Amino acid sequence: MKEVATQYGLWHYWIVVILMMIGLYIVIARDNLVKKVMGLNIFQASVIMFYVAMGKVNGGTAPIWALDTQEGHYQNAVFSNALPHVLMLTAIVVGIATTALALALVVRIKEAYGTVEEDEIVEMDREAL
Amino acid sequence: MNPHTPAFLIVLPLMAAPLCLFLRKKSVVRVFASAVALICACFAWQILLHVITPGESGTRVIRYAMGGWGMPMGIEYYIDTANAFVLFIVAGIGAVVMPFGMGCKGLAGPEGQQHLFYAALLLCMTGLLGIAITGDAFNVFVFLEITSLSTYALVSMGTGRRALTAAYNYLIMGTIGGTFILVGVGFVYAMTGSLNIMDIKTILAEPGALASPTAAVAFGFLLVGTSIKLAVFPLYQWLPNAYSFAPSKVSAFLSATATKVSYYVLLRIIFTVFGAAFVFNVIGLQNLLLPLSLVAMFVGSLAAIYQTNLKRLLAYSSIAQVGYMTLGLCLIVIDGNTVHNYDGLTGGIVHLFNHALMKCGLFLVVGAIVFRLGTTTVEEMRGLAYRMPWTFAAFVVGGLSLIGVPGTVGFVSKWYLVLGALAGDQYLVAALILISSLLAVFYVWKVVEVGYFQKPDGDIVKTEAPLSMLIPIWILMIGSVVLGIAAEFTTSTATYAAENLIRSGIGMMIGGGS
Repeated sequence: MKEVATQYGLWHYWIVVILMMIGLYIVIARDNLVKKVMGLNIFQASVIMFYVAMGKVNGGTAPIWALDTQEGHYQNAVFSNALPHVLMLTAIVVGIATTALALALVVRIKEAYGTVEEDEIVEMDREAL
Repeated sequence: MNPHTPAFLIVLPLMAAPLCLFLRKKSVVRVFASAVALICACFAWQILLHVITPGESGTRVIRYAMGGWGMPMGIEYYIDTANAFVLFIVAGIGAVVMPFGMGCKGLAGPEGQQHLFYAALLLCMTGLLGIAITGDAFNVFVFLEITSLSTYALVSMGTGRRALTAAYNYLIMGTIGGTFILVGVGFVYAMTGSLNIMDIKTILAEPGALASPTAAVAFGFLLVGTSIKLAVFPLYQWLPNAYSFAPSKVSAFLSATATKVSYYVLLRIIFTVFGAAFVFNVIGLQNLLLPLSLVAMFVGSLAAIYQTNLKRLLAYSSIAQVGYMTLGLCLIVIDGNTVHNYDGLTGGIVHLFNHALMKCGLFLVVGAIVFRLGTTTVEEMRGLAYRMPWTFAAFVVGGLSLIGVPGTVGFVSKWYLVLGALAGDQYLVAALILISSLLAVFYVWKVVEVGYFQKPDGDIVKTEAPLSMLIPIWILMIGSVVLGIAAEFTTSTATYAAENLIRSGIGMMIGGGS
C-alpha cells in the first residue's frame, strides 16, 4: 500500500517525463519549423515543472513570514523551498528569449524560402547546389 | 592583481555590449569592441599568471564572492589553473578576432548592422568567459544561454539564406543541449541542495551519496547536454552548417572558443563534481567516450577530405579535433582513487589551446580569402598562393599544425595524447591517433595543391589581403610555431590544470608512474 502511495505521490514527476517526451518528439518528428518551436517550448515547460515540483513541500506555503496579529509574533509555518522557483524565473526568461529568437528566424526563413516546411527547405537547398 | 579583476572580466564586456548599440557609428564601434576585448585579454592574462604562480600548496586558487555573498548562498567565481587557461584562450582569441579586418567591408555582418554584430559578439564572449569563471552550477546554465542566444544571432548574420536555416538548427540543438544541462543541474540540486560546485562535491563525497541512481541520471543529463555543445561524435550535426554559413569572423571566434569552453565544462563535471573515480570506475565513461572519440577522429577527417567548400572542410576538421580532446580525457590511467597517469588529459587540455590557435587562424585565412576572392570553394582557389602569398603561407602553417608536424603546436598535443595512450598500454589507440593524423595530410594537401600547383584561368594579379587581416592571422600562426617549439609554458600550464582538476575530486590522488 505504501508502495502505491509513494508512486502516486510522485505523479507530478510522471507528468514532467510525459511532457518532456512529447516536446522532444515534436521537435524531432515535425517538419514545420513553427511546430518545432512549440515542441521546444513544451520541452522547456516540462523542466520548469520539474524544478517547481522539486521545491514544493507538502503543505508548504509561500516563504513569507506572516505576523500573527492576535499572538503578536511570527507564525510558525511550513515553507516551500523558494530557490528552485526563483531559478525558474531565469529559465522562463531564457525560454522566452529563445522562442522570440527562433520565431524571428522562422520569419526570416519564410521570407527567404517562401516556406516553413523543413523538407521543402532541404529540397530547395539541394537543388541550389 | 586587483582582487576584483575576476568580476571586471565579466562585467566589462557585459556592459560594453549594450554600449555598442548607442555608438552606432561603425568605425567607433569597431575600435571600442576591440579595445574591450584587449582589456579583457589583459585581465585574463593577469588571472592566469596569478593562478599558476606557486603558492604554499601547489598552484593558487582564486575564490571571488560576487557582491560579497559567500558560498553556498551567493554566486562564487572559482578559478584554478584549468579555467584560468580557458579564460585566457577565450579573451585572447577575442582580442585577436575583434580587430580582424578593421576597415574592410562586409566582414562583420550586413552593412549598417555592425553595431549589432559587435554587441552580439561581445555578449557571446561574456557568456563564454562567464561559463569558464563561475563556480555555480546554475550560473553555468545562465551564461551558456547568453552565449547560445548571441551565437544564434551571429550565425544568422552570415551571407545567403542557408545561414538562417543553419542558425535555426543550431538553436534547436543548442536549446535541447542547454535544457539537458538544466535538468542535470536540477537533479544535482535535488541530491545535494546546493548549487555551488565546490559545495556540491563535498556533499557528494559523503559515503553512499553517489550510489543513488539519481547521481547517474544527473551525470547522464549533464554529459549529453555538454556533449551537444561540444559536438561529440553523434551530436555534431549543428556544427558544419553553423561554421560554414556564419560570417568568417564568427566562425573563427566560435571554433576557437565555444567548443573549448564546453570541453572545460565537461572536465569540471567529470573531475570536480563527480570525481574521476565515480566516472571512470563506476559509470565507465571511457567505454563509451573512447570509441566515440576514435570514430569522430576518423569520420571528421574523412568527411573533411571530401568537402569542396573550404569553410566546411575546416568545420569537419573541428569535429575530428574535438575527438582528440575527448580522447585525451579517456586515456586517464586510474586505479581506485589513484590516478597513475594523466598525460592524455594534459594532451587534451593543451590541445584546447593549440587547436584554438590554429583553427582560429585558419578560419581567419578563409575570411581574408572570401574578402578578396568572394568564394570559399576550393576549386576556385587555383594559383591563390601567387595572388595572396602571405595569406596562403599562413594557411600552410596552420595546415601543418593541424596535421601535427613537429615544430608546430599540433605536434605537442598529439605527443601528449600518444604518451597517454602508451601509458595505459593502449597501443591500438596510439596507432589510430597517428593514422588519423595522416588523414589530415589529405585534406590540407588538397587545398595546398590547388593553391600552389594549379594555374589560374587569367593572369596572376597580386591582391594580398590588407594588413588589418594579415597581422591577426600571423600573430596566431607565429604563435602556433613558437609555442610548438618552446612548448614549456603551455604544457606546464596544462599539466597544472590536469593536476588541479584531478585533485579537485574529493579523495582523488595522483600516484607515481604506472
